[in-house]
Amino acid sequence: MTGRTDVPPAGGGAYGPLRRKEDARFVRGKGHFVDDIALPGMLHGAILRSPVAHATIRSVDTAAALAHPKVAAVITGADLAERGLAWMPTISADVQAVLATDKVRFQGQEIAFVMATDRYAARDALELIDVDYEVLPAVADALLAMAPDAPVIRDDLPGKQDNHVFDWAAGDKAAADAAFAAADVVVAQDMLYPRSHPAPLETCGTVACYDPLDGRLTVWSTSQAPHAHRTLYALAAGLPEHKIRIISPDLGGGFGNKVPVYPGYLCAVVGSMITGKPVKWVEDRSENLMSTSFARDYHMHGEIAATRDGKILGLRASVLADHGAFNGTAQPTQYPAGFFHMFTGSYDMQAAHCTVTGVYTNKAPGGVAYSCSFRITEAVYLVERLVDLLARELDLDPAELRLRNLLRPDQFPYTCPTGWTYDSGDYPRALRLAMDIAGYDELRREQAVRRARGEYMGIGLSFFTEGVGAGPKSQMDILGLGLADGADLRVHPTGSVVLAISVQTQGQGHETTFAQIVASELGISVDDVEVVHGDTDRTPFGMGTYGSRSTPVSGAAAAVAARRVRERARIVAAAMLEVAADDLEWADGRWQVRGDPEQGRSFAQIAMAAHSGLELPAGVEGHLDASAVYNPPNLTFPFGAYICVTDVDPGTGEVRVRRFIAVDDCGVRINPMIVEGQVHRGLADGVGMALMQAIVFDAEGNCLGGSFMDYLLPTSMECPSFELGATVTPSPHHPIGAKGVGESATVGSPAAVVNSVMDALAPLGVRHADMPLTPASVWRAIQGRPLRTDLAAS
Amino acid sequence: MQVNVTVNGTVFTREVEPRLLLIHFLRDELGLTGSHWGCDTSNCGACVVWLDDVPVKSCTVLTAMADGRRVRTVEDLDRGGQLDPVQQGFAECHGLQCGFCTPGMMMTARWLLDHNPDPSAEQVREAISGQVCRCTGYENIVRSVLWAAKHEGGGT
Ligand code: FES
Ligand code: FES
Repeated sequence: MTGRTDVPPAGGGAYGPLRRKEDARFVRGKGHFVDDIALPGMLHGAILRSPVAHATIRSVDTAAALAHPKVAAVITGADLAERGLAWMPTISADVQAVLATDKVRFQGQEIAFVMATDRYAARDALELIDVDYEVLPAVADALLAMAPDAPVIRDDLPGKQDNHVFDWAAGDKAAADAAFAAADVVVAQDMLYPRSHPAPLETCGTVACYDPLDGRLTVWSTSQAPHAHRTLYALAAGLPEHKIRIISPDLGGGFGNKVPVYPGYLCAVVGSMITGKPVKWVEDRSENLMSTSFARDYHMHGEIAATRDGKILGLRASVLADHGAFNGTAQPTQYPAGFFHMFTGSYDMQAAHCTVTGVYTNKAPGGVAYSCSFRITEAVYLVERLVDLLARELDLDPAELRLRNLLRPDQFPYTCPTGWTYDSGDYPRALRLAMDIAGYDELRREQAVRRARGEYMGIGLSFFTEGVGAGPKSQMDILGLGLADGADLRVHPTGSVVLAISVQTQGQGHETTFAQIVASELGISVDDVEVVHGDTDRTPFGMGTYGSRSTPVSGAAAAVAARRVRERARIVAAAMLEVAADDLEWADGRWQVRGDPEQGRSFAQIAMAAHSGLELPAGVEGHLDASAVYNPPNLTFPFGAYICVTDVDPGTGEVRVRRFIAVDDCGVRINPMIVEGQVHRGLADGVGMALMQAIVFDAEGNCLGGSFMDYLLPTSMECPSFELGATVTPSPHHPIGAKGVGESATVGSPAAVVNSVMDALAPLGVRHADMPLTPASVWRAIQGRPLRTDLAAS
Repeated sequence: MQVNVTVNGTVFTREVEPRLLLIHFLRDELGLTGSHWGCDTSNCGACVVWLDDVPVKSCTVLTAMADGRRVRTVEDLDRGGQLDPVQQGFAECHGLQCGFCTPGMMMTARWLLDHNPDPSAEQVREAISGQVCRCTGYENIVRSVLWAAKHEGGGT
């Protein structure tokens, strides 16, 4: 890999840019995805969805659909209501309609579920269902939804008279106000983080198979959190949890989209119970974009206070958060706005205060999902835009302003004004390395030359700190389930091992990296470690993969379990060598006698002895198997510095991303190749989010982003060749010093792109324009008439 | 209607609905699940296969249109169990993460290298520009194809 680093790679013997184990099947076309499953007698499900955003349902007539020769059954909301399943709990203590009974509340909402003998017939039958709607006024604009005369969307909630979901605040208001009162300079800006969608290339789907004989339910599902899904099915459907098996096979990406349980999954489960046959449901792309978890949709007002010489004093923010028709955000219960209040970011300041108000609209439900580290994406964007605006106000170089205010290495562990304790960091080092790779001073000189020629070149920076690896059970849970994860490690007599984990890869390469963790701890080959995941019958309980938590939580569990195995091995080795266990030391991947390294035993030798008739001290069981449950003491706090170089054509508004430099510090890197791959993905997200991706609605609540023709994703032509660098500041509390990284670049990069475009347009007096910076939006900003990018221009 | 389609060298005769898409014929009728489906609008390229030696989006081709013609899918990319250099390149250069776009990307890459054995990075980007990858940011896909070009042992 071409990444530059100013520190040598750290970590155990098996760490390094190892090629991935899982690729052997993928490059042969032998991946195993949900839609690849075909069971004997399997029925295909399809969902009838609402064409309108808000309407009372007068009637649903399924007679003609049922008469279709290939249709086996049709389920409506009324059918589900009989079973008490018309509504299901969301992961945010709200409820969501599985199939609508009273009203539809967003365009694309689920109304009926058809099961037929092939997927085309199921679609045909949808056309035969007759629904009588009484259309109601819809509200797709979060600001209008808060108006006193706005139509009430959630009249299913007892006594609900408005569209208000929650009010939430963090920080010290009085201290923040005092900091602002004392400031020489205050800069404020309204900004929108538009609604987007993670759009994994594989859409969501499921195959449900209920066996009426033994009451066992097997569900193959696109699930990032199979164990959490099992518990949710048990709670929502009243099924005994020990009779439920969730299998998450290969997932074609997730990025948060595959965290929730969707109505289609439950319909397939009920469908299988009703028909006695396996039922497959796989959504199409429009269904994916229009009905599954969206992300962002934060209307933010931010203010930053500073002294005239550029010392940041405080930060204030108020946010209106559009949660759609049902509040289904995936985040710890204690934090309705996720970790947004980590919004002081990477800077040293006295005080901060933020408020977030949640609102219902006639838009798809969900929230948070999309590699956002529980809303830190929105927070980083806000603070990084404000810092750039402050730099412009103070006429300071934005890199210089950041260097003056970044937390210093000696301040760690650092408790920020809103209460998070960052574990470790060396921020100036990361920023300087990024500037060095970019050739920052030379870029500024080039920019000056081009500006003199009337060309619009931009250089944009962003610096981010994330808190990932949720999280301490005492501080956070989801639906009452603490965020701890288990790991089971079984050791075979010949010394090869099987690691079973609770987290679920969606492309992150767990079969390789988790094997590297165990191999390093036990001094064995990565080839001798098999990683089992994605099957609740074969793996220990845990909360799954999202919020960059696999390595921080489950990776730690794997390391702890391996260390337990190693300690058991020590006792056996002592018996083999006829010495006291205390006389042994672990060196070069084996237990050996301190001071006499010739006298030692490898892990394979010990494993065989552990299963033999070797006499062990009283109370020692033999065998080496061990397990662990890891309850993280704190989050881990990765950080990074990004620099984006753009060229803007003021005539067309077109933005070209010329270069993108990213320095990430995620602590110890188990597999730098995989880390870099994850950073590449997030940088592409940054390009997409900043320039192209937005789910837009019109005033009637029609979704205008329901296909890849309208919801534009970056291709190979929009993405530049990324230039990466790394620093390594280990996490002091993580067993192997690692931090999460899966979302880092998605969190940090959009601000760099927007800052770059605003920097390019500075000579034209443009101060801010909202994402996505499409040619139309840039052109309008240049004309002094910025667009509201979340609503169709009327 | 009846169709005769040669897929990966074998002739398949099947009774199909005239509207059946080629991607569903391959996946559901023949069980060749290596080619994927990812969108409704011909944008993503997860479904790319060769039709008479030219990459096509098989979600945009009716099975009826493949009657009497040859289809090649990812399952036919290796040669007698030996990985094609393109497959090797993707594994070598971390050109895939979830692997969902990979079969389509590799089919396009194989075609590119057959017609341009020494492409520039820019030409690789252009070749795959009609396909979407949500995992790699394309950087390592480009590197994978360039790796394959460098390690090609005589082409197909
Ligand atoms: S499935 Fe998306 S282009 Fe064919
Ligand atoms: S590797 Fe996941 S979409 Fe390309």
